[in-house]
Amino acid sequence: MSSRAERKPLPLKLLLIGFVLVWLFVAAFPFLWTMWGSFKVEGDFFSRADWTNAITGPVTERQTGGTFTLDGYRGAWIEQEFWRAALNTMIVVVFTVVISLTLGTLGGYALARSGFKYTFWLLMLALVFRAMPHVTLVSGYLLPFFELNIWGYLPTTIVVLVAINQPFTLWMLHSFFLSIPKDLDEAAMVDGCTRFQAFRLAIIPVMWPGVVTTGLFSFLLAYNDFTVTAMLLSQENSTMVPEIESFLGSTQEEGKVMYAVAAVVSAILPLFVLILFFQRQIVSGLTAGAVKG
Amino acid sequence: MRHKTFLAFMWPSLFAMVLFIAIPILSVAYQSLFIEHEQIMVEGETCGPFGCSAEVSVDSAAMADLNEAQPAGRYNGLGTYGNASHLAFDEIGVIVANAEDFGDIRNGIMNLPFYSALVFTLAYTFVVTPLVIVLGFVIAVAVNAVPRALKGPVIFFSLLPMIVTPLVGSLVLFWMIDSRGIIGATLQAVFQDPSLSLKASSTLTWLTLFVYGVWHSAPFAFVVFYAGLQSVPQDTMESAMVDGASRWERIRFVTVPYLMPLATFIALMQLMDNFRVFEPIIGFSAQAHATSLSYLIYNDLRVSDSPLFGSAAATSMLTILGVVILLLPVLRRNWREFGRKT
Repeated sequence: MSSRAERKPLPLKLLLIGFVLVWLFVAAFPFLWTMWGSFKVEGDFFSRADWTNAITGPVTERQTGGTFTLDGYRGAWIEQEFWRAALNTMIVVVFTVVISLTLGTLGGYALARSGFKYTFWLLMLALVFRAMPHVTLVSGYLLPFFELNIWGYLPTTIVVLVAINQPFTLWMLHSFFLSIPKDLDEAAMVDGCTRFQAFRLAIIPVMWPGVVTTGLFSFLLAYNDFTVTAMLLSQENSTMVPEIESFLGSTQEEGKVMYAVAAVVSAILPLFVLILFFQRQIVSGLTAGAVKG
Repeated sequence: MRHKTFLAFMWPSLFAMVLFIAIPILSVAYQSLFIEHEQIMVEGETCGPFGCSAEVSVDSAAMADLNEAQPAGRYNGLGTYGNASHLAFDEIGVIVANAEDFGDIRNGIMNLPFYSALVFTLAYTFVVTPLVIVLGFVIAVAVNAVPRALKGPVIFFSLLPMIVTPLVGSLVLFWMIDSRGIIGATLQAVFQDPSLSLKASSTLTWLTLFVYGVWHSAPFAFVVFYAGLQSVPQDTMESAMVDGASRWERIRFVTVPYLMPLATFIALMQLMDNFRVFEPIIGFSAQAHATSLSYLIYNDLRVSDSPLFGSAAATSMLTILGVVILLLPVLRRNWREFGRKT
């Protein structure tokens, strides 16, 4: 890379750096702006007079005495009981990830090790299933769930999310298990292990990097889901994303839009932390399908 | 691996998928053949101080019984598919018969809910997907060329628009393009038009949604291309250089062909994801100007008291048909490759 001919002329270099900085701004600014603004009152964040008000916060100072206020967060988390939604999200996400990974590891391993033709059909079927818009599936669930009286509860939603997650989990873990040499478990089986013992003793100890990466994406699917959780959970069981959507309807009229802003920032924050710690796994997960599939 | 062992490993996952993906699709197909019960009316007499009058009202007890007995509604065959809120055969016939020129036909069809949703969904899919690929590629090439110190933060912040919940991401932008938000106010100042609002016209709403789509998905293309760029064969690159290829020609004739399979992969993923565009429409409150197929289904199911299961199911079936058509080339290619391998 550092050969003389590779070196770029200065204007080109500046152009590229400039472009990257512009992209950086476009990608990051909306979030930083909203995070900053969530500590202001509505008169500043949606300022008719001057956009710099959102940064300096004169109205906030007039109304609350300081340039930063936690009113939005107090309103959302305590008054509107957003903590309940956060708790529900946590339950849904944890169970969905754990169950999806358990089923996905077993299935992905089998798909990677079996050489029969039906594995191809199963993978293609999973691809078609993955492409199904979630809302079409939801319209299939609603009526049976009403009839069975299981609509509105967290476990129902968890099971549905696990199932919707399966095609993706299977593809990802399947391609990960393909990268683990066959010799490993075959050697264990030559030594007298059954297939399950070989899986437990030889594969499980080395599979964690792939499982963590897949788990991150299962987490994102469950955490970010709106369609399934909005349609399948009752009001008191709702998770963060549908709760934010209902804030929009109920609070916008009352001039409490800042509650929604605070809730949105609260929902973004865990994702921020996630990227901070797992950036490399996310990147490798995104490319895994591309490079191997 | 023996069939029995394979099944032992596979069944939990298979069971979940059959129960919650395959059967719901069948359930949708079944529901789409039914339609809500007709209201059962009873005639009662209400008597007031000024005499009695006959009154017709819905018999709610009888309705509840009927719904209990036949929850899916009454059989309607393929009627729902052809009605005004779906394929609207009769309405199209009327439009074509009365239209004076092509513009009339177009406007008439765009007023039908299913077709306007279909047009937006397709427009979104086929505008956003190529733009995502191009923008992602340009960002990847640019980031690959900047100093190492800049790369880490760029990747960190680039991931944000993609990782953040679509509904939340679109809300963040929605508040900024509000006429009192920073982007909305800036646009008004730039075009010197204090009444300019991105939410007011269909064209601007569509544009906003497209921009959101590109902003949301470009990071995915960028990350995939960036990883691909790390493994571009250096000797091919050097031979091109020895042959006197310019910087542009090296990108055009070495990098781009090398990354082509990745572009196919991104295109596939993006087609699938963009075809089900839904959350941005809610986030941007764009229902009045842009609806997608997914939104129509959601809207039918959201009708308070009595969701329109039949109507939602019919739209769902048509959507599934769309997905299958979209995926057909991919499936065929995979099948041929698989055939070659065995």
